[in-house]
Amino acid sequence: MNLRRDVFQAIADPTRRAILVLVASQSMTAGAIASNFDTARPTVSKHLQILTECELLRQEQNGREVHYHLNPVKMKEIADFIEPFRKFWDDRFNKLEAIMKQYKTNK
Amino acid sequence: MEMKTKVHAENGKQEILITREFDLPLELLFKAYVEPEIVEQWMGTKVLKLENKKHGGYQFETTDPMGNKHGFSGAIHEFTPNKRITRTFEMENANFGAQLEFLEFEKLTDDTSKLVMHVVYRSVEIRDQILQMPFVQGINMAHSKLESVVGKLKA
Repeated sequence: MNLRRDVFQAIADPTRRAILVLVASQSMTAGAIASNFDTARPTVSKHLQILTECELLRQEQNGREVHYHLNPVKMKEIADFIEPFRKFWDDRFNKLEAIMKQYKTNK
Repeated sequence: MEMKTKVHAENGKQEILITREFDLPLELLFKAYVEPEIVEQWMGTKVLKLENKKHGGYQFETTDPMGNKHGFSGAIHEFTPNKRITRTFEMENANFGAQLEFLEFEKLTDDTSKLVMHVVYRSVEIRDQILQMPFVQGINMAHSKLESVVGKLKA
């Protein structure tokens, strides 16, 4: 399997996560995205390529410009993957909190 | 809404970070990890042994809805009241082996506190498998629910 196409590999990088956050609010051209970073333009292009390859971003031709969109379906896939684990701990800790609040008032 | 429990798992690493802020004074939060009767309540397990000291050990046992017993145990490496517990944790009938847990307890205000759980697994693969467990169980549960609905339709 091509590691670069791995979604989790893709979001492990802080610059790529920042790109996703940027594009989440509005679709943008590569140039507009790059202007938000101090990183060299080709580096940003490389990040965009990786994000596109693993389908977190989608390209759309807009006249002569290419806009990058967030792919919400793929994003949800990632969020859902870890969410049950988080929920498991959240439920447990909520229980702990409730029990100890009770314990405090009983003292 | 800000989520009270956060899980941070970077790809390709054999560790995770679980953080949680509690509306509880630090002492009460720590007590929930120390008193066997309280541990039993929130962890939903039976506490067979809990020695809160360096070189101590602990042993829990849960019974699933099918009546099967599952053991969980570990050794305690550091025990500093209201501050830190370092311990190993192992599911006895699984092939995951032991994991290392660093529990850091922190006072935020007089009435609030924070727990940071840093868990280190033997390999990236094992960590990913454990992370996926509740996810897979969720799918299985949805699946058996679907089966029971389909089963009723047939009947």
